[in-house]
Amino acid sequence: MKQVILPELGEGIEGANITFWYFKEGDSVKEGEDLVEVATDKATFNLPSPCSGTLKQILLNEGEAVKVGEVLAIIEEESSP
Amino acid sequence: MDIKLFDLGLADFQSAWDFQKSVLLRVKQKELSSALILCRHLPVITLGRSGKRENILAGDSQLKRLNIKTYEVERGGDVTYHGPGQLCIYPVINLANFKKDINWYLRSLEALLLDVLSDFGIKAQTQSGLTGIWVNPVRSKLPRATAAPTAETSDGVKQKKIASIGIAIKNWITFHGASLNVKNDNLANFSLIRPCGMDIIMTSMESVVGGEVKIDKVKEILIRRWYEASNFTGTGRGN
Repeated sequence: MKQVILPELGEGIEGANITFWYFKEGDSVKEGEDLVEVATDKATFNLPSPCSGTLKQILLNEGEAVKVGEVLAIIEEESSP
Repeated sequence: MDIKLFDLGLADFQSAWDFQKSVLLRVKQKELSSALILCRHLPVITLGRSGKRENILAGDSQLKRLNIKTYEVERGGDVTYHGPGQLCIYPVINLANFKKDINWYLRSLEALLLDVLSDFGIKAQTQSGLTGIWVNPVRSKLPRATAAPTAETSDGVKQKKIASIGIAIKNWITFHGASLNVKNDNLANFSLIRPCGMDIIMTSMESVVGGEVKIDKVKEILIRRWYEASNFTGTGRGN
């Protein structure tokens, strides 16, 4: 299982709002593919999937706030036993 | 840093938007290291991801009569208007080559715009807590007031906005960007919306200098400033 974590977006940015999930739970995702879009005041930022596998769980929904370092989703990796 | 310049001239929003996305893909695939797209748009309203429909004040019939379409786009920010009197600046650059910092990029874009305006004798400033470029409408010899969190100087003079910024980032590659109000043409169309969802008075370079400003001249200076002084050349403080 791989956690999808909001990375550092820049100095002084503590978090963002989730604006768009490109996939729903149960979907297959590929490493590097856009997974979720978050927005700060003047910017949107697309977070790519950290690995290939199945999007197991979405922990925060569109419209919700997410902090830097917080887990947004869980992906079951393709190579997981 | 090698950067490919694309000057689309007067372009309808949809085709320029499609073009941006095709360039984004080429930068992602490393066919291009980075690009600077310049264009002017036919009148259009765009809603960013924070955009609220109620910030479009004009009704559908009025917009139809004016032949102004509305697009929901993937940039940050609220609603804005674009018209032929503006220069739109869409840098497609990989922040991984500079600094993975959204605020650094926004401040770098602002710095570029301030440099360009300064070359036209326009004293402009940023506002603490707000993105974009503002000018004080009162031409005065008094020292410039400290930027306040509202769009007002400390002496209560309402500042006017001359350039707006709204960006999107995929794989740390930027698209969308800034629009600079150059000409007075169509400035009145900003009254169709609440720009950025705020009660903002917009102005233009022509209004500030009190005479004609040629878009081609602004482009020329912007390109020069980009290569000479901006963070984006790879020689700036961002490395």
